[in-house]
Amino acid sequence: MDGDLSPQDKKDLDKFIKFFALKTVQVIVQARLGEKICTRSSSSPTGSDWFNLAIKDIPEVTHEAKKALAGQLPGIGRSMCVEISLKTSEGDSMELETWCLEMNEKCDKDIKVSYTVYNRLSVLLKSLLAITRVTPAYKLSRKQGHDYVILYRIYFGEVQLGGLGEGFQTVRVGVVGTPVGTVTLSCAYRTNLAFMSSRQFERSAPIMGIIVDHFVDAPCGNQRPITMGQLCNYRPPDEDDGGAFAGVQDSQELYASRLSYQPAPPGGAAEFNTNQVKEGGNVLVPAQPQPPHGADVHLTIENAPNTPSSSGDEDGLLQSGEGRRDDGRRSVSPSDPVESLNAFTRKVGAFVNKPNTQITAASLDLPFAAFAPRGLDSEENDPMVRPPDSPPSQSPLQASLHSQGSDGSGPQDDFVMVDFRPAFSKDDLLPMDLGTFYREFQNPPQLASLSLHTSSQSMADDLDSLPEKLRVYEKNIDEFDAFVDMLQ
Amino acid sequence: MNCRSEVLEVTVEARQVEEATLALLHTILLHRSTGKFHYKKEGTYSIGTVGTQDIDCDFIDFTFVRVSSEELDRVIRKAVSEFKDALSSDGMGQISLEFYQKKKSRWPFSDECIPWEVWSIKVSVVNLANEQERQICREKVGEKLGEKVINVVEVINRHEYLPKMPTQSEVDNVFDTSLKDVQPYLHKITYQITDSLGTSVSTTMRRLIKDTLAL
Repeated sequence: MDGDLSPQDKKDLDKFIKFFALKTVQVIVQARLGEKICTRSSSSPTGSDWFNLAIKDIPEVTHEAKKALAGQLPGIGRSMCVEISLKTSEGDSMELETWCLEMNEKCDKDIKVSYTVYNRLSVLLKSLLAITRVTPAYKLSRKQGHDYVILYRIYFGEVQLGGLGEGFQTVRVGVVGTPVGTVTLSCAYRTNLAFMSSRQFERSAPIMGIIVDHFVDAPCGNQRPITMGQLCNYRPPDEDDGGAFAGVQDSQELYASRLSYQPAPPGGAAEFNTNQVKEGGNVLVPAQPQPPHGADVHLTIENAPNTPSSSGDEDGLLQSGEGRRDDGRRSVSPSDPVESLNAFTRKVGAFVNKPNTQITAASLDLPFAAFAPRGLDSEENDPMVRPPDSPPSQSPLQASLHSQGSDGSGPQDDFVMVDFRPAFSKDDLLPMDLGTFYREFQNPPQLASLSLHTSSQSMADDLDSLPEKLRVYEKNIDEFDAFVDMLQ
Repeated sequence: MNCRSEVLEVTVEARQVEEATLALLHTILLHRSTGKFHYKKEGTYSIGTVGTQDIDCDFIDFTFVRVSSEELDRVIRKAVSEFKDALSSDGMGQISLEFYQKKKSRWPFSDECIPWEVWSIKVSVVNLANEQERQICREKVGEKLGEKVINVVEVINRHEYLPKMPTQSEVDNVFDTSLKDVQPYLHKITYQITDSLGTSVSTTMRRLIKDTLAL
């Protein structure tokens, strides 16, 4: 019949769908590893790049996907799902999104398998690349490391969206019609990240028990693997040419890398993995591969910086190790607020080191009492207000009009004396300090020759002594002439 | 045949114009590029491999995927840079990515360029007063760009008209074969600046960035 698929086409279509499913899983998991992906374009086809896209194959991911598929293909009623979840260092976990590759009954009999379907699947993979960077879990995955990690889980069968909380959103990546059905790729993602705050977990209880309870009670009847999920922060030991993944890792090493919550350095992937292996001695490494949740019980937290987490609930992300550090931190800062205030106010303002007991007494009431206007009683004794030995600051003219011994403070009554605290000055311990110098410099005593009284007196003396001087000069006139000749 | 036209609107700060436009143009081109064709004697062809690259934006909380091709990136950046320079600090503009096919005509008529898909990105530039607003803008624009990427993907996955795969002699009428690592569909980028009154500027600025047969 015309509508039936030729055997070759059927075979091709099955192969396309199988490899499409595997590549879909690779794209999703790689997008949640927490680092930027970069692959090279190649003008000459290598033959192994399915759908003409350079998508690396992480062997463990392929293995997990094949295990989930178990030889079957996504079909009607049989969806392949990749569940992305977040797990904190304390063992709390939360599903973030579920990617579903489904098939429905709507067939496109006229479509050409080997060409059109293939190209459209390629376009769909490109769309998946773009959309995986847009859902909220992408940003979370880029920041994973110390406080939380991102896990993935692949399952086959019915789609389970119950763990995404209320109000989850769905985005459709795309559809490709084939002669046997329409392939649909979509993502359902959680919007309510406050889910974790409602969980009340006893911190001292073994985490293993909680994890097991969480997954054994599967809401649906179909099989759900006991493993909690695979870690998305797989790191190859060496990274060359911008992102090419290395070969198979020892599964033991992979488990070791899950257990320590070192912050993932952005560029130093090789260094990260080396640290994991070195720290193997400190971390509880299972003798044989166990489900990861079992190995999550004991965590060694190194001096991890307080990396900000993008999820809303800070409390839920604190580790038990950090609790100890918090106590340490609390002991540093003074517990008594009054004491801390005193400690603060004892350091009086900059450039001033006069211990003023009055200020300290007031510190409890007014933190900035040092800058408050002083009480009247203190002004009497304040040397700044009443300088003990400053010269009378008066204009020369005024002084000459009055007697010389006049008190300089008379004209000062009209002026408001302000505190004169020059910068960088100390107390008046030295005879001549900066403040004194300023005062004397600005108010110098008048010149003796400028005082009228003395000048008038000297003038009279000069006139009287003139004739005497003239007689002396005439007598010595020869000496003066000789002097002048010498100069010429 | 009708040309498919899609409009994407974004409102950004001046320093975000470049990255927002690049993100959208590259997302579109990712879907509209294939590997290099290698024709064989029997008339069949094999297709090269397209690599991809994640690009983090500096001024927007957003990461986009582009084709791993420095040549293509250079061309797009040049066009976007001209567009950004032409945009004033609080103006509006539109940059269009047009995919077209060439139809050979007999002499003396020149070849026709028939567009089959046009993406128009309308950019409105705003000025923000303080750092807090800028921080909010970073996140908001990131979310908005995410929505636009979803829009782009939605349109493309309708699998509407695409030019037929050409024979070897016709390949330059459909694809841009000048790049050495990837092969996007023939496209050109033009832009228009709207002045503050909302009317199109009297001289429409037109830049032909990609045209293999410049006549």
